[in-house]
Formats: sequence, structure tokens, C-alpha cells
Amino acid sequence: MTALLEVEDLRVAYGKIEAVKGISFTVDAGEVVTLIGTNGAGKTTTLRTLSGLLKPVGGQVKFDGKPLRKYPAHKIVSFGLAHSPEGRHIFPRMTIEDNLRLGAFLRSDRTGIEKDIQRAYDLFPILGERRKQAAGTLSGGEQQMLAMGRALMSQPKLLMLDEPSMGLSPIMMQKIMATIAELKAQGTTILLVEQNAQAALSLADQAHVMEIGKIVLSGSGRDLLHDESVRKAYLGED
Amino acid sequence: MNELPQQLVNGLLLGSMYGLVAIGYTMVYGIVQLINFAHGEIFMTGGFGALTVWLILPGGTTMWLALPLMIIGAVIVAVTIAVGTERFAYRPLRGGPRLAPLITAIGISLALQQAVWAWYPGATSSLTFPEIPGGPFHLGSITIQTGDVFLLTAAPISMAVLGYFVMKTRTGRGMQATAQDPDTAKLMGINTDRIIVVAFALGAAFAAIGAVAYGLKYGEVNFRMGFILGLKAFTAAVLGGIGNIYGAMIGGLALGLAETLATAFIADIPGMQQLGGQSWADVWAFVLLILVLLFRPQGLLGERVADRA
Repeated sequence: MTALLEVEDLRVAYGKIEAVKGISFTVDAGEVVTLIGTNGAGKTTTLRTLSGLLKPVGGQVKFDGKPLRKYPAHKIVSFGLAHSPEGRHIFPRMTIEDNLRLGAFLRSDRTGIEKDIQRAYDLFPILGERRKQAAGTLSGGEQQMLAMGRALMSQPKLLMLDEPSMGLSPIMMQKIMATIAELKAQGTTILLVEQNAQAALSLADQAHVMEIGKIVLSGSGRDLLHDESVRKAYLGED
Repeated sequence: MNELPQQLVNGLLLGSMYGLVAIGYTMVYGIVQLINFAHGEIFMTGGFGALTVWLILPGGTTMWLALPLMIIGAVIVAVTIAVGTERFAYRPLRGGPRLAPLITAIGISLALQQAVWAWYPGATSSLTFPEIPGGPFHLGSITIQTGDVFLLTAAPISMAVLGYFVMKTRTGRGMQATAQDPDTAKLMGINTDRIIVVAFALGAAFAAIGAVAYGLKYGEVNFRMGFILGLKAFTAAVLGGIGNIYGAMIGGLALGLAETLATAFIADIPGMQQLGGQSWADVWAFVLLILVLLFRPQGLLGERVADRA
């Protein structure tokens, strides 16, 4: 079986500074793959490049057989790659429901869209209760739910989540992580970038540790969870 | 004060013309954060587009047939020029320093004025614009000039069409999303380059309708008509809250009313006699702008937006 996403020797630079220095990894359909690492390791840059917001300076990315480098961001979504960005970036002056509808911008199957909106409300009941409210009035955790729900509205083959637990209360963080586990159980393919390494590794089939633009360690989520150097560096143990 | 109702109507008419042009400033600003200083000249070329259609039509064509064709001609000319400037002047500068497109806009503004002056036959002086025959109309003590009937109809219809477009259509929602967060809009599958073109085109179309209204109202067009009117429309956009399309119309109406009422009545205030008359109209318009910038810088309908971290 060929991988859904194949990243090969990807290099991304901001001006002269290389933020991603040649990384390679794959994501298979049905898998949860996580990238962990400290701030500035290049995780967010990697996701922004995959979704087309940044242009790589080198390397290849193949998604579902298509070379992504040739396409602009708005085209890449239509291939089935959805990106829930770091910092959530919901549309603050639009209602929750309109935010979800924008997630389905490229779809024209009205009944399917209504069904998926309902599905998002089932997944996150609080969003259903507040559907007519401006999204900017939601709490951070609720905005995160909306950002995830919105990304799912495009019926993606691969869902990329960038720091879904950032800035959330412990309870909210648990809730978000439980939802990701639920999505995984439903068979959603997920590429997860997380600072909460413990939670991310427990969920992940494959995991990669990034340090200053490079992948320094790869393995199954469970292996890395028990790896001594990972425990020291990212799980706060001595 | 028994001329008050008349002056109110005059102010609203003038204001709705400002509003039609202000829409272009506010939409483009809302999406690309560019003050398109060439927009006044886009308006002007619309006026010349309409005049050209009139001159091409065989003599004796009734205004009922000519006017729709003139509007179409105005819209085609203005939209073509606006979209062309976006494509070839502004787009290559996107992502660069903010000052570059602003200076470019001023350059385009001058270039368009000079191009019309140099190449449009007879445009070195004002050219007569056709009139709608009949009228004027009287409603009690109020007189409405025939040319203004067009404005009276076109402005509300334009506003309704725009409101429907932005709120209800797919492209309109894509436009709102792009205005709020362009990168995330791309992640939704919105082609933001196309949205920007649509914003320029729509703004130009409404400016062109405003230019036809201008021609009918004043009976002439000239290569400099976009300068002061552009400034006023920009003022209207700021007044209403730049970026807000309803604000543009409200700002236009407020500006038109303030200017007209001040011009008509300020000389009645004891001690202010020498400030009356049409020559002071622009002063009152810009005094209003200064007051709004001092006391409500976000404009009448604008919201105070904190800079994002």
C-alpha cells in the first residue's frame, strides 16, 4: 500500500533562514501521525507548507498521488487535505454555523453539508447550542472545537491539526484529546502537531520528534512514549 | 427654515452619490488593506464610458433606450480599468511594503486623469452629458430635478443588490472570510486572488453607476471630476467605518447631509454670515471628517479592532 501523504526531503526557508531542513515522513490512510518538539522546531512551518500557505525551497510532497508543490493552497483543500491552523483562526465576526459552512466552501451537495453540520454539532454539542452566535464570542476551547469541526466539513482524507490543545485549561485539553481519539476510532487519518507530547504520543501510531528543523527521532507512539530521551526532553521527567 | 425639507432631500441625494463611490474604497480596503486612491479616477472613466456610448448612438435615440446602454458602457469601462490596474499594478506588489501600492495608486490616479485629458477628444475642457427630458418633479414644497430621479432609484437598488451579494451568495461569503482572515480563507478552498478581483470589479461597477448619476446631476463630465468626489467618497467610507459596506452608504448620506445643511443654513447663525454659500461646502465636509477622526476614529459603524499579536 502506498502512503496517503509522502514527504521527502522537505525544505522550507523564511528568507535566508531555513526553518525546515530536509525532513521525510509518511502518513498512511487511517493512521494518526504526530510531530512533537519544542517551539521553533519547524512543526507549524511543516503543516503550513503541506497546505500550500508556504512554498518549500526544496523536496517533494505527494498527497494521494498528486505533487502538492504545483498547487496553490485553495486547490490543495479540494484534494482532501484539511488544515486546522495553530491559534484556531476561526472567522470571528461570522456565526458558528457560517464558519462551518465555510469549511464546506468547495462542496455543492446541500443535503450532505447539512448532515455534516449536524455531525459537527453531535461531536461538539456546545456548538449546536450557540449556532447563531458570532464565533468571536466563544471561549478558547470552544473555538478549537469550531476550528476542528470546520476542517472536517471539507470531508478530508487527511486532517491536519496544529496545536489543538494550546492555551486550553486541563479539562478542555482532555476533552479535545478525547475528541481526537474518537475521530481516530472513526477511521479519520490525522497528522497532529502537539506540544502536549504525552497526550499526542498515546494517540499516535507513528511519531516523529523535531528539533530545529530536522526529524531527530521516529518510532511508534508507544515506543517514543517509553523512550528515555523523549521522557527527559518532552515529558518533564528527570 | 421652510427650505429644510428641500435641503434634506438635496443632502440625501448628494450623499447617496458619495455612498455609491465609497463602496469601492471600503470593499478594497476591507480585503487588501489598500486605500485605492485611483478609485476616484475609476469613477471618472465610468463617466466617460457612459458619454462615449451616448456619442456612438445615433442622434435622436431616446434616453429610455440610451440610459441602460450608457450604464452598461460605464460599468464595462470602469471595471476593465479597475481589474487591469489590480492585475498589472497592485498584484505584483502584494506582500511588499504597504507604502508601495499606495504610491502606485496615486500614480495610477494621475496617469488616468492625464490619459483622458490627452486622448479623449475634447476632454481638455468639460464635456456636456445628455439630460433626461421632462421634469422637474414637485412633491409638495420639494423639487426633484429629473437627473436626480436616476440617483433616487439607482442608489437603493445598488445597495440592496450589494447586500444580497455579500450576505447570501457563495462568493460573497468567501469575500467576508477573506476580509477577516485571508490565509485561513485559503484553507477553506477560497481563491483569494479571485475574491480580490471581484472586490475591485464590484467597487468599480458601483462607482460607474455613481458616475452616470454625476453626469445626469451636473450635466457634464470632465477629467478632474474624480478628484474631489473621490476624496469625498473616501471621507464617506472613513466616516461610516472603513471596511464596512453599509458604513459606506451611511457615511455617504451623513456626509451629503452635513455638507448640504451646513452650506444652506450656517450663514443664518449670527456672526457666521461670511461662511455661507457653496464655496464652503468642501470645508464642512472635511470638518466633519476631522471631527469623526477625533471623536470616533473607527467610524460610525466600524468596530475598534485591536492589532493582532
